[in-house]
Amino acid sequence: MIWESLPLLWRGTLVTLELTVSLLAVGLLVGVPVALGQVYGPRPLVFLMSGYERFFRAMPVLVLLLVFYYGLPPLLPAFGTAVLVFGLHSSAYQSQIFRGAIQAIKPGQILAARALGMTRLQTMRYIVLPQALRLAIPGWSNEYSGVLKDTSLAFAIGVTELTRQGDQIVSRTREPFLIFITVALIYLALTYLGTWLLELLERRWHVPGLTGQRREEHGRVI
Amino acid sequence: MTPLCQIFADGSFLRLACDIAPQLLQGLGTTFQLTIFAIGLGLGGGLLLALGRVYGNKPIYWLSTAYVQFIRGTPVLVQIFLIYYGLPVFEIRLDPLTAAIIGLGLNSAAYQAEYFRGAIQSISRGQMLAARALGMTQFQAIWYVILPQALRLVIPPWSNELIYTLKYSSVAYLVAAPELMYTGKIIASSLRGPGAFRHFEVFLIVAFIYLVVVLVLSKTLDLVERRLKIPGLEMR
Amino acid sequence: MAVSSKIVVRVEDLHKRYGNEEVLKGVSFAVRQGEALAIIGPSGTGKSTLLRCINRLTEPDRGRIFLEETEITSPHIDINKIRQQIGFVFQDFNLFAHLTALDNVRLGLMKVKGLSKKEATERAMHELARVGLAEKAHAYPAQLSGGQQQRVSIARALAMDPKLMLFDEPTSALDPELIGEVLQVMQHLAEEGMTMIVVTHEMGFARSVCHEVIFMEKGVIVEQGPPDQVFLNPRQPRTRQFLSKISELYGGAR
Repeated sequence: MIWESLPLLWRGTLVTLELTVSLLAVGLLVGVPVALGQVYGPRPLVFLMSGYERFFRAMPVLVLLLVFYYGLPPLLPAFGTAVLVFGLHSSAYQSQIFRGAIQAIKPGQILAARALGMTRLQTMRYIVLPQALRLAIPGWSNEYSGVLKDTSLAFAIGVTELTRQGDQIVSRTREPFLIFITVALIYLALTYLGTWLLELLERRWHVPGLTGQRREEHGRVI
Repeated sequence: MTPLCQIFADGSFLRLACDIAPQLLQGLGTTFQLTIFAIGLGLGGGLLLALGRVYGNKPIYWLSTAYVQFIRGTPVLVQIFLIYYGLPVFEIRLDPLTAAIIGLGLNSAAYQAEYFRGAIQSISRGQMLAARALGMTQFQAIWYVILPQALRLVIPPWSNELIYTLKYSSVAYLVAAPELMYTGKIIASSLRGPGAFRHFEVFLIVAFIYLVVVLVLSKTLDLVERRLKIPGLEMR
Repeated sequence: MAVSSKIVVRVEDLHKRYGNEEVLKGVSFAVRQGEALAIIGPSGTGKSTLLRCINRLTEPDRGRIFLEETEITSPHIDINKIRQQIGFVFQDFNLFAHLTALDNVRLGLMKVKGLSKKEATERAMHELARVGLAEKAHAYPAQLSGGQQQRVSIARALAMDPKLMLFDEPTSALDPELIGEVLQVMQHLAEEGMTMIVVTHEMGFARSVCHEVIFMEKGVIVEQGPPDQVFLNPRQPRTRQFLSKISELYGGAR
């Protein structure tokens, strides 16, 4: 009977993965500029960006989800709303990860780059970003882990991701314990898969002496 | 509907906020209850798990590690569903609030276990040796030397965990526990007017309440942290 | 004070191995009451391991250790009771970071020996005064210099009224200006007749304060005897080599 539910669970897993990847992309696209703004921007921008960050980190993501869901005009399907909301939420954490990574680079290197005659843009492109991206990987790995688990909350607005799929199966087969354990194990597998891939990436890019920073998983200190 | 609210125009947002405030505050009370019990459960469980992982023998170590890995790799929602929907299979039926407390508590325990483990391990092995050299048993050494320091070292991540638990207590909404979010939903469903709009307004107010509570709690915990500092006692 | 003939600690054929490496290869010696024994030798030759075996913080693989008449390596022994009678001073001080100096010294008295708070405080303050740190009783370890921390650590060990004091390179982690204050405390202790074993690189201390010196290398005792003999007239070639290296390093006897 677990066998029969597998195709459905598979579909749910795909939705979960799509959701996760999309929202991480949104988080990245928004988070990196926010981080850069906070580190290099003028005072008012720093203030704004900090406010943005603090807001999204103080709000429970489920609350944000429902506010946006009911608040946005019905043009956006539930999936899209989820990507947007989770994405913005993640961007606040991702901006912190990148900010930490940028600040972990010894400032002397930037001085050295400028002394060679590089412009600010060149310094950022050749010195700061390559190091920051490497330093950010451990933090990014934890963010992936946290975000994957949060996607289960898209349940609340009807997205048929893995957990909701499981719930639907349960209402038909009446085996809640078995089904949800299976669902849990799938999440576990997805978590390990993702972190393993990121570890591979980290190893490929590894430079001796360049280590990551303190870890935080989506608001929780690791 | 307190007469006080009549100072706001009928049908306006502020009027709505004022009218539903008492009910929402009740929901908030349940949220606090949920949070406190869950984090208490997490504290006890986390400490035991950490001690098991640092000082336990092989089977205890593997058991604790398996538990921690499982919990940290799966969503808290699924964990709560397992307790609320799954346990009845074994004839254990819990009300939504209790199920949520246990689910959040067991979840928190796994994370707190890691904070405690980090704290215990960062207290230099040398102090344990010094305690044993004085003639203390391992238990005495843990009780008088390791734990007092570990408990102080975990205050920063622990305060973080408290806030996290408060935020994620909102997940109990999905099993219909009468905390703040769900209370909001009930209110919204019972109001007149276009459904989506009413839901939006009510949840906006709920969001605002969360924002205020979290910010105030953060600031307070910061202050408490500062007052409890002992010079030289920091997590390295 | 004179060294009596009563044996306080006796070590018989001690062996210890870490993985593939045998760190102690059959070490035997005895220390009499009132005697200060210095153990010198190159780093990593098992000196610290030897010391830690004496109060079984490290378990020896083979061999026996006697504290007065009691065999402390016997399986029937309550090692915690034995440790109350042996004071241990670590290279890294290992003060309890969450407690003031006074509390550090008091803890063992109250929780292990079971003294009342009043009695414990009296004894603790007495020991702190003895090491010259009575005014620092309420300071936390992080607020004390290295030398002060080590002296508190000595007070903590002394407060338990031990029969034997073990010092594991007590000054190796200290800045040079602070070494003196700790050695001074140890010298007073030796003069007052405390039985002690000191693993050290401070040759001056070994020569002028100790009654007996052991030179250890590669897990065995190479030479043993009174300081005058070992330092001025070593019988073994290795001892001679080691000592000349040391005096090269420090420009003559320290």
